[in-house]
Amino acid sequence: MEAEERQAGRGRLKIFLGYASRVGKSFRMLDEGRRRKQRGQDVVIGFIQSKVGPEVQCLVSTLEIIPGLKLRTGGTEEEVLDIVAILERHPQVCLVDELARDNPPGSRNPKRWQDVQELLDAGITVVTAVNLQHIAELQDAIEKITRKRAQQTVPEAFIRSADEIVIVDAPPEDLQQREPGNAADTRRLSELREMALLVAAEVVDEQLHQCLQLQGVEMFLGSQERILVCITPRSNARRMLESGRRNAERFHCGFLAVYVRQTGLAPADEELVQKHLALAREFGADVHILDATDSAHAILDFAHAHAVTQLFVGHSLTSRWREVLFGNPLDQLIRAADAMDVRIFPHRASL
Amino acid sequence: MTPPATPARGRFEIFLGYAAGVGKTYQMLDAGQELRQKGVDVVIGYFEPHGRKDTISRTKGLESVPRRKLEYRGTLFEEMDTDAILRRKPEVCLVDELAHTNVPGSERVKRWQDVHVLLDAGITVLTSVNIQHLESLNDQIWQMTGVRVRETIPDWVVDQADEIVVVDVTPRALRHRLERGVIYSREKADKALENFFTEQNLSALREIAMRHAAHEIEEKLSAQDDLAPADDAVPSPVPADTVRRKECILICIDERPSSIVLIRRGRRVADYLRAECLAIYVCRDASLASLSAEDRETVERHLGFARNLRIRTEIVEGLDLAAGVVQFAHERGVTQVFMGRSVSRNWKQRIHGSMLQRVVRLARDMEITIVAERRR
Repeated sequence: MEAEERQAGRGRLKIFLGYASRVGKSFRMLDEGRRRKQRGQDVVIGFIQSKVGPEVQCLVSTLEIIPGLKLRTGGTEEEVLDIVAILERHPQVCLVDELARDNPPGSRNPKRWQDVQELLDAGITVVTAVNLQHIAELQDAIEKITRKRAQQTVPEAFIRSADEIVIVDAPPEDLQQREPGNAADTRRLSELREMALLVAAEVVDEQLHQCLQLQGVEMFLGSQERILVCITPRSNARRMLESGRRNAERFHCGFLAVYVRQTGLAPADEELVQKHLALAREFGADVHILDATDSAHAILDFAHAHAVTQLFVGHSLTSRWREVLFGNPLDQLIRAADAMDVRIFPHRASL
Repeated sequence: MTPPATPARGRFEIFLGYAAGVGKTYQMLDAGQELRQKGVDVVIGYFEPHGRKDTISRTKGLESVPRRKLEYRGTLFEEMDTDAILRRKPEVCLVDELAHTNVPGSERVKRWQDVHVLLDAGITVLTSVNIQHLESLNDQIWQMTGVRVRETIPDWVVDQADEIVVVDVTPRALRHRLERGVIYSREKADKALENFFTEQNLSALREIAMRHAAHEIEEKLSAQDDLAPADDAVPSPVPADTVRRKECILICIDERPSSIVLIRRGRRVADYLRAECLAIYVCRDASLASLSAEDRETVERHLGFARNLRIRTEIVEGLDLAAGVVQFAHERGVTQVFMGRSVSRNWKQRIHGSMLQRVVRLARDMEITIVAERRR
């Protein structure tokens, strides 16, 4: 609903995301502009970098350009979007290269993405290109790979607000052929490439869930894994959580831990639970505490609501005759949790 | 006389998409054109035009090796002519639709096997495939989309690629392409838009494709690390695998169809955890002679299916299923056992516990995974 309302009168934002320069973002952006124009849409270029290859130049020449404003700061001349001219011309679609640019002092907006925001608000659809390395919130992670931080950035929220995001992928070797670097670069580029794919996957996941919500689909499994560790006082929580963390790292997926509060626990057990929960938080799990009388039921409802695909539970080896006859909570849980994998861990006492 | 040197294996590059019409073939041809302009000897080994004008225009100037014509049940089929390509011996060969199954009577069952022949001959192959053809995703994709993909490709074939390039468009753009009749005929497009090409299906497949490509990059980086340890690493006579506790997944196969789901899921989890993967069937006699002909055939099919996914299989002799599984697992250092759900709940199980309960009780320090049921 909200998304629909927001759409009314607002232009659409489409972003081409690449993991490095030279992957071909500008080309894809302009090619989209060319195809839209062919289909009869009114397309203009709001900004294109001046240094482009012959292929890109060829595309540029087929499209109308609204010349940027040249601003002189210090000794250098910089070009910024001519917002007034674009708003006046009011095209259907405006192509804006290099989304992460800062505007020089004295500009209408300090950042180019704010310029884009203005165009969107005016009902103009914007197709733009940005490099992963310019997303503000990723700077720590990027620095670990490249040892550099970007000077000019775009907030992640703006990227996520895009109606559409497209990943522009190319092998690192191709990039190096276009502009030779060294061997260490290939590795760095691969790491950036992986990150770009995962960032894009997250955005796609968000869009998927919005789409499911609109259609009233309650549970949808399969687009990604999610791990839930069930904590009890006597479970071997460390082993389960370590395994959960490792699995979550490998699958690049969500990692949750849940504890159903038990009344009348001995102080020693209560202390154990608190230790387990602290460990879960330390390991980066999203920890939830539930109040319920039927723990199996509560865990299952929680797991369904969070689209869990792997449920980690502990079992105790004590098998009393009552449990054999009437089934224990673990059996009930396994029987009911048929939509997810249930991984059973031995309790510590059994080792 | 010295035997002729075997050529270095050709480079294997895959253009990975999430649905028909995203532009895999187009991009593959584009890459071929770029190579040709650089003076590389490129041919088209197989190309499926689907009547798409934009794509067909990208073949201009590229040499095509004529296809082989085969008759099957009175109909003429055309397949890639692998022998003719070998005779032509180009540097680079473009092969569309890697997951294709050849018509019966062809030398090899699957196109990816033809591609392996080309690679072995030192020819670089550029090819295209969609994510839903990956074997280990088959149940997941059926559950998500309701479509049971028939043409599958073992995951390891894709893992072996030197390079995987993601070909991406947004679902919205893809649906527009369909509406404009670029991908399929009008009638087929309308059906596709309602069924498979819904926004939710396309988004989910797209997410899976991106995650899979990211996973493949991570695996390559990790393999490089294994080959070239850091300078400060102390050389050790013990292989690294025995130092860090390597995970090993054991899949328990039975006669039920759910075994296939179990095998696919076990393979997928093992790949992500970099674990070894084994599969066993426990039987009174190793020759399976005590089984009915029907059961024997089913079990053998399940074991063959596992082997096709590069899972080592064994038949373990034993009267007691649970004890047989656990003993084998202990002997082989298994860390995780994959099982299906037990179904029968008769009085004997009430007293002795189900197969699952018994495995759990006997397994002690192992983890037991009961795999999800896939339903729609």
